[in-house]
Amino acid sequence: MNDFLIYLIILSGSTYLIRALPFALFKRTIENKFVRSFLSYIPYSVLAAMTLPAIFYSTGNVASSFAGLILGCIFAYKGKGLTLVALVSCLGAFATELIIMLLG
Amino acid sequence: MKLFLRGLRAGVPIGLGYLSVSFTFGIMAISLGFEWWQAVIISALTLTSAGQLAGISIMVNPMQYITMLISQLTINVRYSFMSVSLSQRVSPSFKGIKRWLLGFFITDEIFAVASTEKRIEPKFFLGLCVMPWIGWTLGTLVGGLIGNVLPPIIISSLCIAIYGMFLAIIIPPAKKSRPILIVICIAGILHCLFYYLPILREIPSGISISVCAILAAIIGALLFPIDTSKEGSDR
Repeated sequence: MNDFLIYLIILSGSTYLIRALPFALFKRTIENKFVRSFLSYIPYSVLAAMTLPAIFYSTGNVASSFAGLILGCIFAYKGKGLTLVALVSCLGAFATELIIMLLG
Repeated sequence: MKLFLRGLRAGVPIGLGYLSVSFTFGIMAISLGFEWWQAVIISALTLTSAGQLAGISIMVNPMQYITMLISQLTINVRYSFMSVSLSQRVSPSFKGIKRWLLGFFITDEIFAVASTEKRIEPKFFLGLCVMPWIGWTLGTLVGGLIGNVLPPIIISSLCIAIYGMFLAIIIPPAKKSRPILIVICIAGILHCLFYYLPILREIPSGISISVCAILAAIIGALLFPIDTSKEGSDR
Protein backbone atom coordinates (compact mmCIF):
# COMPACT_ATOMS: atom_id res chain seq x y z
CA MET A 1 0.00 0.00 0.00
CA ASN A 2 2.90 2.31 -0.78
CA ASP A 3 0.75 3.31 -3.70
CA PHE A 4 -1.92 4.53 -1.29
CA LEU A 5 0.45 7.00 0.36
CA ILE A 6 1.63 8.46 -2.93
CA TYR A 7 -1.94 8.75 -4.19
CA LEU A 8 -3.01 10.34 -0.90
CA ILE A 9 -0.28 12.97 -1.13
CA ILE A 10 -1.22 13.83 -4.72
CA LEU A 11 -4.95 13.87 -3.94
CA SER A 12 -4.94 15.90 -0.75
CA GLY A 13 -1.83 17.94 -1.60
CA SER A 14 -3.15 19.17 -4.94
CA THR A 15 -6.58 19.86 -3.47
CA TYR A 16 -5.01 21.85 -0.64
CA LEU A 17 -2.70 23.88 -2.86
CA ILE A 18 -5.40 24.72 -5.40
CA ARG A 19 -7.45 26.22 -2.56
CA ALA A 20 -4.83 27.76 -0.32
CA LEU A 21 -2.38 29.19 -2.88
CA PRO A 22 -4.80 31.60 -4.54
CA PHE A 23 -6.33 32.45 -1.16
CA ALA A 24 -2.99 33.27 0.41
CA LEU A 25 -1.31 34.93 -2.55
CA PHE A 26 -4.01 36.61 -4.59
CA LYS A 27 -4.18 40.36 -4.12
CA ARG A 28 -6.24 41.44 -7.14
CA THR A 29 -9.20 40.26 -9.25
CA ILE A 30 -9.08 38.52 -12.62
CA GLU A 31 -10.19 40.98 -15.29
CA ASN A 32 -10.09 38.76 -18.38
CA LYS A 33 -13.68 38.09 -19.40
CA PHE A 34 -12.98 34.75 -21.08
CA VAL A 35 -11.07 33.38 -18.08
CA ARG A 36 -13.76 34.58 -15.67
CA SER A 37 -16.48 32.98 -17.78
CA PHE A 38 -14.53 29.75 -18.14
CA LEU A 39 -13.95 29.55 -14.38
CA SER A 40 -17.59 30.19 -13.60
CA TYR A 41 -18.75 27.40 -15.93
CA ILE A 42 -16.18 24.84 -14.74
CA PRO A 43 -18.02 23.74 -11.56
CA TYR A 44 -21.11 22.85 -13.58
CA SER A 45 -19.31 21.13 -16.44
CA VAL A 46 -17.22 19.04 -14.01
CA LEU A 47 -20.25 17.85 -12.06
CA ALA A 48 -22.22 17.15 -15.25
CA ALA A 49 -19.37 15.07 -16.69
CA MET A 50 -19.02 13.22 -13.39
CA THR A 51 -22.75 12.50 -13.20
CA LEU A 52 -23.26 11.38 -16.80
CA PRO A 53 -23.21 8.57 -17.60
CA ALA A 54 -21.92 7.28 -14.23
CA ILE A 55 -25.27 7.79 -12.49
CA PHE A 56 -26.93 5.23 -14.83
CA TYR A 57 -24.75 2.50 -13.31
CA SER A 58 -24.31 3.95 -9.82
CA THR A 59 -26.39 1.31 -8.02
CA GLY A 60 -25.18 -1.55 -10.18
CA ASN A 61 -28.67 -1.84 -11.69
CA VAL A 62 -29.82 0.41 -14.53
CA ALA A 63 -33.54 0.32 -13.59
CA SER A 64 -33.02 1.38 -9.98
CA SER A 65 -30.42 3.95 -11.02
CA PHE A 66 -32.91 5.52 -13.41
CA ALA A 67 -35.60 5.62 -10.73
CA GLY A 68 -33.16 7.44 -8.42
CA LEU A 69 -32.05 9.74 -11.22
CA ILE A 70 -35.59 10.76 -12.17
CA LEU A 71 -36.69 11.34 -8.56
CA GLY A 72 -33.48 13.27 -7.86
CA CYS A 73 -34.04 15.46 -10.93
CA ILE A 74 -37.61 16.25 -9.91
CA PHE A 75 -36.62 17.25 -6.37
CA ALA A 76 -33.56 19.17 -7.54
CA TYR A 77 -35.73 20.99 -10.08
CA LYS A 78 -38.04 22.01 -7.25
CA GLY A 79 -34.98 23.53 -5.56
CA LYS A 80 -34.80 21.12 -2.61
CA GLY A 81 -31.59 20.97 -0.57
CA LEU A 82 -28.58 18.73 -1.24
CA THR A 83 -29.35 16.28 1.54
CA LEU A 84 -33.01 15.81 0.64
CA VAL A 85 -32.28 15.30 -3.06
CA ALA A 86 -29.57 12.76 -2.24
CA LEU A 87 -31.90 10.93 0.14
CA VAL A 88 -34.80 10.84 -2.32
CA SER A 89 -32.51 9.41 -5.04
CA CYS A 90 -31.49 6.64 -2.64
CA LEU A 91 -35.08 5.89 -1.67
CA GLY A 92 -36.15 5.72 -5.33
CA ALA A 93 -33.32 3.31 -6.09
CA PHE A 94 -34.04 1.28 -2.96
CA ALA A 95 -37.77 0.96 -3.69
CA THR A 96 -37.04 -0.14 -7.26
CA GLU A 97 -34.51 -2.76 -6.16
CA LEU A 98 -36.96 -4.01 -3.56
CA ILE A 99 -39.67 -4.41 -6.21
CA ILE A 100 -37.25 -6.21 -8.54
CA MET A 101 -36.21 -8.51 -5.71
CA LEU A 102 -39.80 -9.33 -4.75
CA LEU A 103 -40.86 -9.93 -8.37
CA GLY A 104 -37.75 -11.94 -9.18
CA MET B 1 -15.37 34.12 20.77
CA LYS B 2 -18.78 35.46 19.73
CA LEU B 3 -17.65 35.49 16.12
CA PHE B 4 -16.39 31.92 16.41
CA LEU B 5 -19.69 30.71 17.85
CA ARG B 6 -21.69 32.47 15.17
CA GLY B 7 -19.55 30.73 12.54
CA LEU B 8 -19.94 27.41 14.34
CA ARG B 9 -23.71 27.71 14.22
CA ALA B 10 -23.70 28.72 10.55
CA GLY B 11 -21.76 25.54 9.78
CA VAL B 12 -24.20 23.10 11.40
CA PRO B 13 -26.49 22.58 8.37
CA ILE B 14 -23.45 22.09 6.12
CA GLY B 15 -22.05 19.55 8.57
CA LEU B 16 -25.30 17.59 8.63
CA GLY B 17 -25.45 17.54 4.84
CA TYR B 18 -21.83 16.39 4.64
CA LEU B 19 -22.48 13.65 7.20
CA SER B 20 -24.97 11.91 4.94
CA VAL B 21 -22.98 12.28 1.72
CA SER B 22 -19.63 11.25 3.22
CA PHE B 23 -21.39 8.25 4.76
CA THR B 24 -21.97 6.98 1.24
CA PHE B 25 -18.41 7.96 0.27
CA GLY B 26 -17.22 5.66 3.06
CA ILE B 27 -19.42 2.86 1.77
CA MET B 28 -18.29 3.38 -1.82
CA ALA B 29 -14.63 3.33 -0.74
CA ILE B 30 -15.16 0.04 1.11
CA SER B 31 -16.97 -1.48 -1.87
CA LEU B 32 -13.95 -0.56 -4.02
CA GLY B 33 -11.70 -2.46 -1.62
CA PHE B 34 -10.34 0.31 0.63
CA GLU B 35 -9.91 -0.10 4.40
CA TRP B 36 -12.15 2.08 6.60
CA TRP B 37 -9.17 4.02 7.96
CA GLN B 38 -7.95 4.82 4.47
CA ALA B 39 -11.32 6.31 3.60
CA VAL B 40 -11.26 8.37 6.82
CA ILE B 41 -7.74 9.69 6.16
CA ILE B 42 -8.70 10.64 2.59
CA SER B 43 -11.76 12.54 3.82
CA ALA B 44 -10.02 14.26 6.75
CA LEU B 45 -7.15 15.49 4.58
CA THR B 46 -9.02 16.29 1.38
CA LEU B 47 -12.52 17.53 2.28
CA THR B 48 -14.10 17.45 -1.15
CA SER B 49 -16.77 15.25 -2.72
CA ALA B 50 -16.23 15.17 -6.48
CA GLY B 51 -12.44 15.05 -6.20
CA GLN B 52 -12.44 12.22 -3.68
CA LEU B 53 -14.94 10.20 -5.68
CA ALA B 54 -12.84 10.53 -8.84
CA GLY B 55 -9.74 9.97 -6.69
CA ILE B 56 -10.71 6.59 -5.26
CA SER B 57 -11.79 5.30 -8.67
CA ILE B 58 -8.32 6.17 -9.98
CA MET B 59 -6.55 4.75 -6.91
CA VAL B 60 -7.86 1.24 -7.54
CA ASN B 61 -5.47 1.11 -10.50
CA PRO B 62 -1.71 1.19 -9.80
CA MET B 63 0.61 3.96 -10.98
CA GLN B 64 -1.94 6.41 -12.40
CA TYR B 65 -0.24 9.37 -10.71
CA ILE B 66 -0.42 11.80 -13.63
CA THR B 67 -4.06 10.92 -14.26
CA MET B 68 -4.75 11.57 -10.61
CA LEU B 69 -3.06 14.96 -10.71
CA ILE B 70 -4.78 16.08 -13.93
CA SER B 71 -8.19 14.96 -12.74
CA GLN B 72 -7.80 16.68 -9.36
CA LEU B 73 -6.60 19.93 -10.93
CA THR B 74 -9.56 20.02 -13.31
CA ILE B 75 -12.20 18.96 -10.84
CA ASN B 76 -10.93 21.36 -8.20
CA VAL B 77 -10.00 24.38 -10.30
CA ARG B 78 -13.30 25.93 -9.20
CA TYR B 79 -11.83 26.23 -5.69
CA SER B 80 -9.16 28.60 -7.01
CA PHE B 81 -11.86 30.84 -8.31
CA MET B 82 -13.66 30.73 -4.97
CA SER B 83 -10.39 31.39 -3.13
CA VAL B 84 -9.71 34.44 -5.26
CA SER B 85 -13.24 35.62 -4.68
CA LEU B 86 -12.93 35.12 -0.91
CA SER B 87 -9.53 36.82 -0.82
CA GLN B 88 -11.27 40.03 -1.91
CA ARG B 89 -13.77 39.95 0.92
CA VAL B 90 -11.76 39.06 4.03
CA SER B 91 -11.08 41.49 6.85
CA PRO B 92 -7.60 43.11 6.98
CA SER B 93 -6.61 40.84 9.90
CA PHE B 94 -7.23 37.74 7.75
CA LYS B 95 -3.73 37.32 6.30
CA GLY B 96 -0.50 35.33 6.34
CA ILE B 97 -0.59 32.01 8.18
CA LYS B 98 -4.34 32.31 8.79
CA ARG B 99 -4.97 32.22 5.06
CA TRP B 100 -2.59 29.28 4.58
CA LEU B 101 -4.35 27.29 7.33
CA LEU B 102 -7.97 28.19 6.70
CA GLY B 103 -7.62 28.02 2.91
CA PHE B 104 -7.77 24.24 3.38
CA PHE B 105 -11.47 24.45 4.26
CA ILE B 106 -12.77 26.23 1.17
CA THR B 107 -15.55 24.00 -0.21
CA ASP B 108 -18.55 24.92 -2.35
CA GLU B 109 -20.88 25.18 0.62
CA ILE B 110 -18.45 26.92 3.01
CA PHE B 111 -17.66 29.36 0.21
CA ALA B 112 -21.36 29.98 -0.35
CA VAL B 113 -22.02 30.76 3.33
CA ALA B 114 -18.83 32.80 3.83
CA SER B 115 -19.72 34.88 0.77
CA THR B 116 -22.83 36.14 2.51
CA GLU B 117 -20.59 37.95 5.07
CA LYS B 118 -19.76 41.59 4.42
CA ARG B 119 -16.26 41.22 5.86
CA ILE B 120 -15.05 37.72 6.59
CA GLU B 121 -13.35 37.60 10.00
CA PRO B 122 -10.83 34.77 10.61
CA LYS B 123 -12.64 33.69 13.80
CA PHE B 124 -15.97 33.48 12.03
CA PHE B 125 -14.43 31.50 9.19
CA LEU B 126 -12.71 29.11 11.60
CA GLY B 127 -16.01 28.48 13.40
CA LEU B 128 -17.78 27.98 10.09
CA CYS B 129 -15.32 25.24 9.08
CA VAL B 130 -15.55 23.09 12.23
CA MET B 131 -18.89 21.32 11.77
CA PRO B 132 -18.49 20.62 8.03
CA TRP B 133 -15.05 19.05 8.64
CA ILE B 134 -16.34 16.94 11.55
CA GLY B 135 -19.43 15.92 9.55
CA TRP B 136 -17.38 14.95 6.52
CA THR B 137 -14.83 12.91 8.48
CA LEU B 138 -17.29 11.30 10.89
CA GLY B 139 -19.69 10.35 8.10
CA THR B 140 -16.88 8.61 6.24
CA LEU B 141 -15.88 6.74 9.41
CA VAL B 142 -19.42 5.50 10.06
CA GLY B 143 -19.96 4.58 6.39
CA GLY B 144 -16.62 2.78 6.28
CA LEU B 145 -17.31 0.82 9.48
CA ILE B 146 -20.90 -0.27 8.95
CA GLY B 147 -20.61 -0.46 5.16
CA ASN B 148 -19.66 -4.11 5.64
CA VAL B 149 -22.60 -4.82 7.90
CA LEU B 150 -25.44 -3.31 5.86
CA PRO B 151 -27.41 -5.53 3.47
CA PRO B 152 -26.24 -5.22 -0.18
CA ILE B 153 -29.54 -3.72 -1.35
CA ILE B 154 -29.11 -0.76 1.01
CA ILE B 155 -25.46 -0.27 0.08
CA SER B 156 -26.20 -0.29 -3.64
CA SER B 157 -29.06 2.21 -3.20
CA LEU B 158 -26.83 4.51 -1.16
CA CYS B 159 -24.21 4.63 -3.92
CA ILE B 160 -26.44 7.00 -5.90
CA ALA B 161 -26.49 9.58 -3.06
CA ILE B 162 -23.42 11.51 -4.13
CA TYR B 163 -24.81 11.87 -7.67
CA GLY B 164 -28.11 13.03 -6.19
CA MET B 165 -26.15 15.77 -4.43
CA PHE B 166 -24.52 16.74 -7.74
CA LEU B 167 -27.99 17.01 -9.32
CA ALA B 168 -29.07 19.29 -6.48
CA ILE B 169 -26.05 21.52 -7.17
CA ILE B 170 -26.33 21.79 -10.97
CA ILE B 171 -30.07 21.67 -11.74
CA PRO B 172 -31.32 24.80 -9.87
CA PRO B 173 -28.78 27.14 -11.56
CA ALA B 174 -29.51 25.45 -14.92
CA LYS B 175 -33.16 26.34 -14.45
CA LYS B 176 -32.29 30.02 -14.08
CA SER B 177 -29.50 30.27 -16.64
CA ARG B 178 -29.71 28.90 -20.19
CA PRO B 179 -25.90 29.12 -20.70
CA ILE B 180 -25.34 26.93 -17.62
CA LEU B 181 -27.96 24.47 -18.90
CA ILE B 182 -26.22 24.27 -22.27
CA VAL B 183 -22.77 23.85 -20.69
CA ILE B 184 -24.14 21.02 -18.53
CA CYS B 185 -25.70 19.29 -21.56
CA ILE B 186 -22.50 19.59 -23.60
CA ALA B 187 -20.38 18.17 -20.79
CA GLY B 188 -22.82 15.33 -20.11
CA ILE B 189 -23.26 14.34 -23.76
CA LEU B 190 -19.51 14.58 -24.43
CA HIS B 191 -18.74 12.31 -21.51
CA CYS B 192 -21.35 9.81 -22.68
CA LEU B 193 -19.56 9.75 -26.06
CA PHE B 194 -16.28 9.09 -24.24
CA TYR B 195 -17.98 6.31 -22.33
CA TYR B 196 -19.70 4.49 -25.19
CA LEU B 197 -17.65 5.05 -28.35
CA PRO B 198 -14.82 2.67 -29.26
CA ILE B 199 -11.24 4.04 -28.85
CA LEU B 200 -12.53 7.00 -26.76
CA ARG B 201 -13.75 4.34 -24.32
CA GLU B 202 -10.15 3.30 -23.61
CA ILE B 203 -9.33 6.69 -22.04
CA PRO B 204 -9.32 6.52 -18.22
CA SER B 205 -12.33 8.31 -16.71
CA GLY B 206 -10.15 10.68 -14.65
CA ILE B 207 -8.84 12.16 -17.88
CA SER B 208 -12.05 12.00 -19.92
CA ILE B 209 -13.98 13.87 -17.20
CA SER B 210 -11.38 16.64 -17.28
CA VAL B 211 -11.33 16.85 -21.08
CA CYS B 212 -15.13 16.99 -21.34
CA ALA B 213 -15.45 19.53 -18.52
CA ILE B 214 -12.77 21.82 -19.97
CA LEU B 215 -14.20 21.61 -23.50
CA ALA B 216 -17.73 22.36 -22.30
CA ALA B 217 -16.56 25.32 -20.18
CA ILE B 218 -14.52 26.71 -23.10
CA ILE B 219 -17.52 26.44 -25.43
CA GLY B 220 -19.63 28.11 -22.75
CA ALA B 221 -17.13 30.93 -22.27
CA LEU B 222 -16.92 31.51 -26.05
CA LEU B 223 -20.67 31.41 -26.69
CA PHE B 224 -21.86 33.07 -23.49
CA PRO B 225 -19.17 35.27 -21.98
CA ILE B 226 -20.30 36.48 -18.58
CA ASP B 227 -20.69 40.20 -18.14
CA THR B 228 -18.13 41.27 -15.56
CA SER B 229 -20.41 44.03 -14.31
CA LYS B 230 -22.79 41.37 -12.97
CA GLU B 231 -20.20 40.48 -10.30
CA GLY B 232 -21.52 38.39 -7.44
CA SER B 233 -24.59 37.02 -9.20
CA ASP B 234 -22.87 33.70 -9.89
CA ARG B 235 -23.21 31.72 -6.71
